[in-house]
Amino acid sequence: MANANAPLLEMRNIKKDFFGNQVLSDINLTLAEGEVLGLCGENGAGKSTLMKILFGMDVIRETGGYEGDILINGEKVTFNTPFDALAAGIGMVHQEFSLIPGFTATENILLNREPKKKNIVSEIFGDRLDTLNYNEMTGRAEAAIDKMGFHIDKDMVISDMPVGHKQFTEIARELSKDQLKLLILDEPTAVLTEKEAEALLASIRSMSEKGIAVIFITHRLHEILSVCDKVVVMRDGLVVADVPAASTSVSEISKWMVGRSVATAAKADIRDHSDAKTVMSIKRLWVDMPGETVRDVSLDVKEGEILGIGGLAGQGKLGIPNGIMGLYEAGGSVEFDGKPIPLNSPRKCLDSSLAFVSEDRRGVGLLLDESLEWNVAFPAMQVQNKFLKNYLGGLVKWRDEKGIREVTERYIDELQIRCTGSKQKARELSGGNQQKVCLAKAFALEPKFLFVSEPTRGIDIGAKALVLEALRQFNRESGVTVVMISSELEELRSICDRIAIVSGGKIAGILPASDPSEDFGMLMVSMVK
Amino acid sequence: MNETLDRTNQTLADRLREFAKSFGLPRLIIAGFLLLLFIAAPFVGADFWTQISNTINRFSWNAIMVLAMVPMIHSGCGLNFGLPLGIISGLLGATLSIEFGFTGPMSFLMAILIATPFAVVLGTLYGWLLNKIKGGEMMIATYVGFSSVSFMCMMWLLLPYHSPTMVWGFAGKGLRTTISLEGFYDKVLAGFLQINIGNLSIPTGTLLFFAVLAFGMWAFLHTKTGTAMTAVGSNPTFARAAGVNVDKMRMLSVILSTWLAAIGILVYEQGFGFIQLYMAPFYMALPAVSAILIGGATVNKATIANVIIGTFLFQGIVTMTPTVMNNMIHMDMSEVIRVVASQGMILYALTRKTEATK
Repeated sequence: MANANAPLLEMRNIKKDFFGNQVLSDINLTLAEGEVLGLCGENGAGKSTLMKILFGMDVIRETGGYEGDILINGEKVTFNTPFDALAAGIGMVHQEFSLIPGFTATENILLNREPKKKNIVSEIFGDRLDTLNYNEMTGRAEAAIDKMGFHIDKDMVISDMPVGHKQFTEIARELSKDQLKLLILDEPTAVLTEKEAEALLASIRSMSEKGIAVIFITHRLHEILSVCDKVVVMRDGLVVADVPAASTSVSEISKWMVGRSVATAAKADIRDHSDAKTVMSIKRLWVDMPGETVRDVSLDVKEGEILGIGGLAGQGKLGIPNGIMGLYEAGGSVEFDGKPIPLNSPRKCLDSSLAFVSEDRRGVGLLLDESLEWNVAFPAMQVQNKFLKNYLGGLVKWRDEKGIREVTERYIDELQIRCTGSKQKARELSGGNQQKVCLAKAFALEPKFLFVSEPTRGIDIGAKALVLEALRQFNRESGVTVVMISSELEELRSICDRIAIVSGGKIAGILPASDPSEDFGMLMVSMVK
Repeated sequence: MNETLDRTNQTLADRLREFAKSFGLPRLIIAGFLLLLFIAAPFVGADFWTQISNTINRFSWNAIMVLAMVPMIHSGCGLNFGLPLGIISGLLGATLSIEFGFTGPMSFLMAILIATPFAVVLGTLYGWLLNKIKGGEMMIATYVGFSSVSFMCMMWLLLPYHSPTMVWGFAGKGLRTTISLEGFYDKVLAGFLQINIGNLSIPTGTLLFFAVLAFGMWAFLHTKTGTAMTAVGSNPTFARAAGVNVDKMRMLSVILSTWLAAIGILVYEQGFGFIQLYMAPFYMALPAVSAILIGGATVNKATIANVIIGTFLFQGIVTMTPTVMNNMIHMDMSEVIRVVASQGMILYALTRKTEATK
């Protein structure tokens, strides 16, 4: 057996790059038995990649493996598949559930590890035909649920469970493995209600008492402080802090995460546009967008302002731009610059100098398999005949590769898009950089009016600041009216002049961004259906 | 800088592996096999230059039908298993041109002109159908091809053709299964500027005709409309949000593909010297599909280079195996190998949707 004093897990000088982008450099990490480690950092800081390396995920090996050593109990290990990691006592609960909806909690917890009984058929044809021992399964599932410390109904079918209970089923499954020594929880509380999150924290504490080490990844920093023994903060592929949880604070951690102190909402330059002319007038708009139905929205947008549209998820804020831009069926009337905009026709909107950055980056926003050049230039080329050379009196419209490259390189530069060059495929970029490409695409259209939907969803704080700054600059310097839809109120308050809150498919109210958060909060829940 | 450093550190095996990956393993195997056949040819008594001529000839007959795959792959409609529909348009053009009494090179030109409206109308209907069943294009296309061939089997008998060169001798009505093109457009392209050196003969005219069409396709893909077509294939939702009419682009690609298939069969006939009716179009789609796949195309990406390389490799195998293999093992293996290569290639391509090789 290895050295008894060695820590349970040690990661030494871990390095990893994707397509030449260094995402992890020199990561060192140690974890003792029963210790709870809080891992935090912006999206794209390298947390998930690090955990994928530890768990032996295929994607690591397919992209060229990693450098550095992983030691378990002082012994060097190499995990080629997640099975190796499981055998070594590492369990992982992913952000996406991997449960079978039609099975009960017990069946899911013990899937493929069920205690079995011999029967006549299996005596002849081998143990794949053994009967499941349901009594013992129940016992083992109960034990796992007890160990977790949060009660879930072991006989309930997964598809009937609330989201939080599904999360707990996943955790119970990992706990039911006897050899489990280290559990990785990747943002487990993101889908939980406050009460469930409390319960999860309690169960993490009880696991730790039983000697199981936990790596806890979360964006909710106060959770880390309340449950973890130590905190590791990552930024841009480096560990920037590794301190005992007791000696730090939320503000200190967030400072480490962004590498600068987080300024509170910059409300300094809110402008009043109430005398400006109305550039877009929306009347009695309805949009049939699944999950984001707009029922009856009337809204006036003033020229040159940045208008925020906020509200809770599912209340219809996303339906507004998608409906106006013709991506979902809509009705009502929309006037832009005094002229009516026909609904249900994306082309007509684009022709009237409207542009839209969709919240669905990968589905609507990007040509994932094409180069950045195509992504940036395509709409401008199709709608405004830019980046084309005309031959034979305009009969042949030839792609102007040079012009396309120039504009792409300009935006790569301006928006600091991290890529290997303008010919790189959009698929290979990180979420934040993909978002910047989406913005570049809209900017290349040189619109008079820009809808931006959830521009910062799923991207890290650094890219977030850059995207918001780019939008602000675009608005200030080119005088473009911007309507930004976001779920994050603070983000809206930091950039918008006015904020409209959508609730129950209707506008619940419009307030200046300088009003206190509580007022917005009241509006959000005012008409929820 | 880094790249060059990496390269020097690589072992030979690494480099070979990388080359195989970038060139495509199946393409490498088939190219190797073809090379082997060329080397083996003189040893089993086949004349090398005759073999080369045969390969180039068959390449020139088939290349345009392989080119017809490109537009539909670009627009995301997948591989055009409905190629027989375009071939039927071409056959209608060919038979009507003869029926109307055109002879010589004029009959070829008229065949193209008459085939065009048929290709456009049938292509429009076919495109309309494919727009109704997005996601299942290739399966539906296969059945469109099959059923159109069967339907035309009846029509070739029933349509009121009278030209004595085409109808059955005794009955005086109904078209024959094979119609000789002598006196019409037999070798009309192949004979143009033909190069003959010893046993080597190159059908310059046919190759030029293909080159013009291939250049046209390449140029089209560099225009605004061609770019939109590729984007539709890459991400239809993106294209729609950018104001492109997705259905119209798909329709256009299907019409283009059908028209190219019509031209393709006419070029095939002028090289082969016969019009083949009834079940013949039935067997045309799969070789064209597998040729472009061997060339390195995938279900959603294809280039002109894929067309040229693929047609050459596929037709090379088809021409070389009978002579070489039969002489070697005294058994007719050629058909077996052709079927294994073509069907196997299609199967291989359909199981993977990765990027095309260059």
